[in-house]
Amino acid sequence: MDLGLIAQYLANGIMLGTMYALVAVGFTLFFGVLDVIKFSHGDVLMLGTFAGFTVWLGLQAAGIVNPWLQLVIILIASMAFTAAIGAMIAKWLVLPLKKAPPLNTLLLTLMLGTAIREAVRLFYPNGSNPKAFPALLPSASIDLGGFLLRADSVILVAAGLSLIAGLNLVLNRTRLGLAIRAVAQDEETARTMGINYMLVVLATFAIGSGVAAFAGIMNGLYYSEINFGMGLLLGLIGFSAAIVGGLGNLYGAILGGFIFAGLQVVGAALLPFASAYKDVFAFAVVIAIMAWKPTGLIPERTSDRV
Amino acid sequence: MSDIAIDAPARPKGLLPGAATILAVSVYGWALLTAEEDWQVIGLLVLAAAVGLVGKLAGLGPKVLASWSSNEATMNGGAVLGLLAVIFALSTQHFPLLMLTTTLLYFIASLGLNIQFGYTGMVNFAGAAFFGAGAYTAAVLGGYAWIPPLLTILAGGVVAMVLSLLLVYPIVRTTGHYAAVVTIAFGVLFKTFLEVNEILGGPQGLMVESMKLPGWDFNNGPVLFGVEMSFYLNYALFATALVALIFCLVRRLERSWLGLHMDAVRLDETAAACFGISVHRTKILAFLSGNFILGIAGALYGMMISFIAPASFTFSDSLLMVSIVLLGGMGSPWGGALAAAIVVLLPEKLQVLQEYRFLLFSVLVMLVLLFRPDGLLPRQIRNYFPGREGGK
Repeated sequence: MDLGLIAQYLANGIMLGTMYALVAVGFTLFFGVLDVIKFSHGDVLMLGTFAGFTVWLGLQAAGIVNPWLQLVIILIASMAFTAAIGAMIAKWLVLPLKKAPPLNTLLLTLMLGTAIREAVRLFYPNGSNPKAFPALLPSASIDLGGFLLRADSVILVAAGLSLIAGLNLVLNRTRLGLAIRAVAQDEETARTMGINYMLVVLATFAIGSGVAAFAGIMNGLYYSEINFGMGLLLGLIGFSAAIVGGLGNLYGAILGGFIFAGLQVVGAALLPFASAYKDVFAFAVVIAIMAWKPTGLIPERTSDRV
Repeated sequence: MSDIAIDAPARPKGLLPGAATILAVSVYGWALLTAEEDWQVIGLLVLAAAVGLVGKLAGLGPKVLASWSSNEATMNGGAVLGLLAVIFALSTQHFPLLMLTTTLLYFIASLGLNIQFGYTGMVNFAGAAFFGAGAYTAAVLGGYAWIPPLLTILAGGVVAMVLSLLLVYPIVRTTGHYAAVVTIAFGVLFKTFLEVNEILGGPQGLMVESMKLPGWDFNNGPVLFGVEMSFYLNYALFATALVALIFCLVRRLERSWLGLHMDAVRLDETAAACFGISVHRTKILAFLSGNFILGIAGALYGMMISFIAPASFTFSDSLLMVSIVLLGGMGSPWGGALAAAIVVLLPEKLQVLQEYRFLLFSVLVMLVLLFRPDGLLPRQIRNYFPGREGGK
């Protein structure tokens, strides 16, 4: 295998890994503050991407055609929209079930995901067909000895990684981040210390969902296509990545995202006769990792109270 | 669930409330299955809601329950008779019989999932995968004429069980969300594998041979009293027998010490382990036996619809099965029957809703989770002495 091809696989893996990590970060944040899995995350992502697409249509109609301006407006609009949706889901659907068994929350959000997916398919104009997502990034590329480094990929990966870094800063260096970590560690103590619990939970859900919308737009720009079902697989992968890395841990989610992307790429590269099996391979390895490390690669530091 | 014990009346009830319920449900089922127009179906649904409301206000529910639990064997026999009566009343119509049989098969599947979700408290989001494993087994083995089809059905269950053996190790080591991801990953893996595997027909799927018993070809409509019946009548009768058999087995399992172990493991794993219950063994038993039942149901389903494709065994279908268990009530076998009927029949009967099916069910399940988390027919408190009330 020549170097160019390896570089191509590598670039692809980094791209996918960044995207998966962005989704997984949401799962791990939600689990941190509320100990719940919000499975509708992938579909909220899809909703955010469709919102971005709708805004783009509106911008086109309004005559604003500068791609950079469009991109910024789309990103802000879809992230804000998705953040609001995420906070609303937390307030009206997840928090009321706080005392119920965790399975109920998982099921509720699974069903919510289905509902969102179906609603977009049925009620978005022509929603059951894939939509061509506009190419807003420059299409230039550099030839590096048989390997085309595309400018849009570089920009996407750089933006994604800096978003993750920014999130890390927010969590570790700001008062809000301190509050989120405090609630994640011990909700009752955090409350008695005067932390506004509801506000922190809603803020966490808003942040996680907004980050997912970014991943969705990234996905749309990379594949130049969006459809109503894109959230399901992305959500599944993000969930698997968060679990493989270890729930409740930001680095675990990032690690898990890149591991999953790596598995897919390795699967595609090693099984050239059957690259269609790459997802089978990746999910099989996920099951194997779960058997080996039942609480993820970076386990939560908690102990069961009996 | 403790409030049910207080509600239990002191003296045994007669047969009347239970028998009346069976009669009413049979007539209602027949009416719903034969209703053709949307307004008839909607009328019947409004009627059901009204009867449910009046029954609740008049306190009929506990009476029926008491009557049922005092004469359980008779009542279950009566339910089978009612089902047979409906089947014979529909015996010349293809579509209603197909609907009814599909409901029965989903009911069987919900019984299998119930062992996992309801009794043991394990999650399984790959129900459709094990169902599909049974169906694909039937498709592959159907190609060999010398294998008796009855054995094929068993083989469907065995293959589903063997596949679940692959998951046993990760399943017993993980709990909660981590176990959920194992089954979800397996469900996606299974469907993707079927789609890309050329030998198993790829995305186009496979043809399945129909069911044959010695001297009884299920593809020919039987002729009774000079009238040719629908060939689905064969499947409906066979599915009824299978439902009766598996229902009895699951009820026995629930009542046995194994069922007690399962309940203990669900309620508190640590405490169960302290009392000497092997948590791993109980979970393995629940996982394997539940998937065995799913595989059997899948095999018969494949034979009945005679054509299967990976698109019928997706993650959404697994979710549909989970929502049957949840809608009916965790650990409540009869709830599974009611929910299977709602989930299968409603979208087929209301053609208006066909398109909105998944949306409707997801919203319905969300409402149940938020406002009635025990399901439509919640599980009753364990009755140690059949025929007596509330464990007295």
